[in-house]
Amino acid sequence: MGSVTSVGPPGDDPGCRGGHADIAEYVGDPDDMTDNTVDTRRRRFLTGTATVIGGIGAGFAAVPFIASFQPSARAKAIGAPVEVDISKLEPGQRMIQKWRGKPVWIVRRTPAMIDGLKSFSAGVLRDPDSTNSAQPLYAKNVWRSEKPEYLVLVGVCTHLGCSPGFVPEMGAAGMGNPWNGGFFCPCHGSKFDLAGRVYIGVPAPANLVVPPYEFVSETRLVIGVDKENPA
Amino acid sequence: MNAIVRQLTGLRDWVDDRFPLMQLWNDHMARYYAPKNFNFWYYFGVLSLVAFVIQIVTGIWLVMNYKPDADFAFASVEYIMRDVDWGWLIRYMHSTGASAFFIVIYLHMFRALLYGSFKKPRELLWILGMLLYLSLMAEAFMGYLLPWGQMSFWGAQVIISLFGAIPVIGDALSTMIRGDFVVSDITLNRFFSLHVIALPFAIAGLVVLHIIALHEVGSNNPDGVEIKKLKGPDGHPLDGIPFHPYYTVKDSVGVVVFLMLFSMVVFFAPEMGGYFLEANNFIPADPMKTPLHIAPVWYFTPFYSILRANTINFLWLDAKLWGVVFMGLGVMILFLLPWLDRSPVKSIRYRGKLYKTALAIFVVAFLILGYLGVQPPTPARTMVAQACTVIYFLFFLLMPIYTKLDKTSPVPDRVTM
Repeated sequence: MGSVTSVGPPGDDPGCRGGHADIAEYVGDPDDMTDNTVDTRRRRFLTGTATVIGGIGAGFAAVPFIASFQPSARAKAIGAPVEVDISKLEPGQRMIQKWRGKPVWIVRRTPAMIDGLKSFSAGVLRDPDSTNSAQPLYAKNVWRSEKPEYLVLVGVCTHLGCSPGFVPEMGAAGMGNPWNGGFFCPCHGSKFDLAGRVYIGVPAPANLVVPPYEFVSETRLVIGVDKENPA
Repeated sequence: MNAIVRQLTGLRDWVDDRFPLMQLWNDHMARYYAPKNFNFWYYFGVLSLVAFVIQIVTGIWLVMNYKPDADFAFASVEYIMRDVDWGWLIRYMHSTGASAFFIVIYLHMFRALLYGSFKKPRELLWILGMLLYLSLMAEAFMGYLLPWGQMSFWGAQVIISLFGAIPVIGDALSTMIRGDFVVSDITLNRFFSLHVIALPFAIAGLVVLHIIALHEVGSNNPDGVEIKKLKGPDGHPLDGIPFHPYYTVKDSVGVVVFLMLFSMVVFFAPEMGGYFLEANNFIPADPMKTPLHIAPVWYFTPFYSILRANTINFLWLDAKLWGVVFMGLGVMILFLLPWLDRSPVKSIRYRGKLYKTALAIFVVAFLILGYLGVQPPTPARTMVAQACTVIYFLFFLLMPIYTKLDKTSPVPDRVTM
């Protein structure tokens, strides 16, 4: 370590320059500031206040870092309703419209498809009456839509967010029995009927979500608003 | 010549007076005594370090040309592949490096299962290793979003949605992770930040801790013998040899062989038939359309299969939450390994039939889960996945019982070669 040099404050006792181990021995009167004593009360007080005040400061400082993880004002603003022209949609077809960054499907069901919705026996669908699923009140029915002919759904699987494929054919190969047409999620194999109602025995917990929508004319509808949720 | 050596020695001494250079070198290399009976399985520690260095170096170069913006990300990766001189090579080294990293890490972890390297006194070493594994998973997952292809997008969509299954806070949590209500440019940007700054730092720090912990307790070996128990008159373990030069030389050969295999993949099969780079990821991300068949990259598929295998609601919780819970537990249960194993011996060489059989079945189940994870789901495959999920968890849950019942053979005092 080399020779002893003046490392302590002026007036330090030469005997305690070797290191802290020596200093620790000198625990004396805490009010006595004149000689080489360690004021443990003061040390504890300073440690305590620095911890408390510093901790509070750190807590406040953490707020902006955590809060900045939330969607920004711009991300929140992109939620405007969209108007869709459905005049070219043929019976049995599906079209996809982007709304709030998500796919929204509009399916024009044929009369046979509408009949197929009622033919399920008990124990095939997990929530046939949509009691544990998300939809506006006017879509809480067998066909899960305002007009039986037109189905409007958020095309995002209620399991883990994939967008299921459209399998409209009755008894389509590989879809099991009964299959009156519907949607199949390629990610984890969830199945939904043509009203977006989930089958039993698949990972998705609930029916597909019906967004708020309303018809502004026979061939145009707006997604994102309805009478209950005006823009 | 002698003058140069003298100069260099002088420089070393100059540094050594100001920094514990020789002490670090001796503690961790020249006088770190490792068991003399290391076999093939003991290459994978140093190889994971090599893989880490490859990822860091190629990553630094990739960031010079990559744009973390949803409008430009996909095109910037193609720009690297086509227009940047040697960009294709750097990118293929990075993408192959990710898979290579996981291959050596899985073999490194399997080595621990073979020779009981997680057992006392190496529990903390194992926990640090598991934290490294978790960080590596996060690093790989976030990196996979950056090319902004279809698999990037939908993979991130599914994995972030996992957090949505948590009751009460789930939805808010997944929104917070994305920074948006859907996976978007915002998500891409923050994953970029975490992938290139936060997680590499965390991994580097954990690597240092892992090595310090290893050198404190000493390396295990294929016999599971504690070499520190028998020391020679010089105070060094009788069965130990200095890491340098013995293992530095041996490992350098292993590293060269690894780099040869690595280069073969990089040059001749960088996509590895769609397992290292998936075909759908050559299509730009489309939030409106999920590809017909999506699967995670191979190194996540065993856990992905466990997630998918849960299709039954029970105990008031729905199948979706159970899938997430089991997938999480599937990874987390590995942390408990040092306490689940009650065997008095470490190495499989001295364990009985029960552990050997259990480990063999476990490995087969894990590989089947991995295979099923890349296949599209069918009812039959789901049933196989369910069976393998049960086996996966029984391996751990029954471990305290079968390792205690197991008939072990006596462990020698000295290592065998």
